[in-house]
Amino acid sequence: MTKNSYNTAELVAIMSARILEDGKIIFGGAGMPLISCVLAQKMHAPRLTILFEGGVIGPHIEPGKLPPSTNEQRAARRGNMHLSITDVLLLQQRGYVDYGFLGGAQIDQYGNLNSSFIGDADNPKVRLPGTGGANDIASLASKILVAMHHEKRRFVEKVDFITTPGYLQGGDSREKAGLTAGGIFRVITHLGMFDFDPTTRRMRLEALHPGAEVEEVQENTGFEMLIPDEIRHTDSPTEEELRILRELDPDQRYTRAKDE
Amino acid sequence: MPRSYKELREVIENKDRGLREKVMSLTEAIHLIQDGDHVAAGGCHYSRTPMAAIWELIRQKKKDLVYSRSISSTEGDLLLVAESTKHVITSWFSPGVTWGVSRVMRHYTQEKLAVYEEWSHMSLGLRYRAGAMGIPFIPTRAMLGSDLLPRLPELKEMECPYTGEKLALVPALNPNVAILHTQRCDPYGNVQSEGLPFMDEDIAGASDKVIITTERIISNDQVRRSPDRTSIPFFKVDAVVEVPYGCLPHECYGYYEPNFNHMDYYVKLMMGKGPEGVKEYLDQYVYAPESWTDYLEMLKFGDILRATTDGRSVYND
Repeated sequence: MTKNSYNTAELVAIMSARILEDGKIIFGGAGMPLISCVLAQKMHAPRLTILFEGGVIGPHIEPGKLPPSTNEQRAARRGNMHLSITDVLLLQQRGYVDYGFLGGAQIDQYGNLNSSFIGDADNPKVRLPGTGGANDIASLASKILVAMHHEKRRFVEKVDFITTPGYLQGGDSREKAGLTAGGIFRVITHLGMFDFDPTTRRMRLEALHPGAEVEEVQENTGFEMLIPDEIRHTDSPTEEELRILRELDPDQRYTRAKDE
Repeated sequence: MPRSYKELREVIENKDRGLREKVMSLTEAIHLIQDGDHVAAGGCHYSRTPMAAIWELIRQKKKDLVYSRSISSTEGDLLLVAESTKHVITSWFSPGVTWGVSRVMRHYTQEKLAVYEEWSHMSLGLRYRAGAMGIPFIPTRAMLGSDLLPRLPELKEMECPYTGEKLALVPALNPNVAILHTQRCDPYGNVQSEGLPFMDEDIAGASDKVIITTERIISNDQVRRSPDRTSIPFFKVDAVVEVPYGCLPHECYGYYEPNFNHMDYYVKLMMGKGPEGVKEYLDQYVYAPESWTDYLEMLKFGDILRATTDGRSVYND
């Protein structure tokens, strides 16, 4: 790989890191979300505090030793505090947590995520591992980010099962269900960044990544993506971003291209 | 049906809560579990899993247990295949993110051989907490609007009598027996855990009986030198068992990381052959060894040494 070429997973990690503001507090899951958080800390957000649902506040992540789970010793190392799972997740309900950063198997046009069942929940084709803390995070953190590979089978009109709430059935249905805070802020894929129309709450193209086209986005989406008149274009990953990313995950355990 | 407050309270009132030694063998401790009991395990995922207690309850052929845990890893597979439980209450069920979706969990749930009752991680924690607090439920703002909610008949919504807001009410969970592993515990049952506390304290408070397996039994004098580190008081505890390496192949903070080679070996067998592979595993690693020590001897000294060196390294710098 030449120094300025990058794969789709690296692109998603870098684009996600760029939108994380300094001084904020973020729930990051293992894998891609964690890598993006640490990359943001090393680039522009040194005061970004990471929380893990295992109970860690502000862990110290060593490059090359990314924890494969956020409930274990490598994730707990040199944190500021160890809290119980229930109490760390409750920080969100009080309003302390700015971002929740999730991945997902399936997302729909209203940003709902499914990590429970493929097919009918009563007779599933595949039983997936479940919510973990994802439902709590998406219900309670202020702004939710979702990182995903952009494929038609993953971007569906309606998820088979809402494990993790986005804007539910659109409009004000999220608020009506009792979820008065939070909501999906951005979906980040290898093609672009997506936000949600403030009224209908349908997913909308916000920015295109280098080389990606509007048609390509639509072709890889299983519902009608809203396309605004003006579309932002993101800048290519820099040499520095790629260098830091590869130091963090030298074996590409979490940043291997999904389409390779 | 959940038990009445009167019933739950009576169990505690009738418990011998005097300061007394409770050190016993693993076999004796697991005799406290009856068929049909709800057993809650401490730790989370592959961390501080009370593996020795689970290993022994499988050997004692406990049946029809309800098994609950914050996140279930490989120990959940073992309990399903050993037919110890057909009902698992958890929030996430697979060996680990990098190891893929458990083929055993899929087989048992998709073929309807067992129920996987899915709660969000925090909701399950609040259920134990309500149980520990002696109240029937705790209101929360999570779970609302999701498809998890209608699949859980016990989970109700209500309008807040003060603010009129819509809330989800998570019901108390009061297990019959808690099995918890810790690093340090005295003979009376004063528990001093290190690292992430997970849900252990609430589980201990919610359960009728508490079995503690511990890396080390320390003196009561040691406990009294640092009472601020005691997370579970002795009168909640019914049994104390010294089981060094009691979480392997899972990890115990500050003592050992997972035995990753053994985890890889297990996952390959489980994903390759499904429940049949786990049956082979149970025969070899659970039923055949004469003791927990014999089991540990099968886990390869070099691998345990590496796990120990990495585990202890949290205290090196």
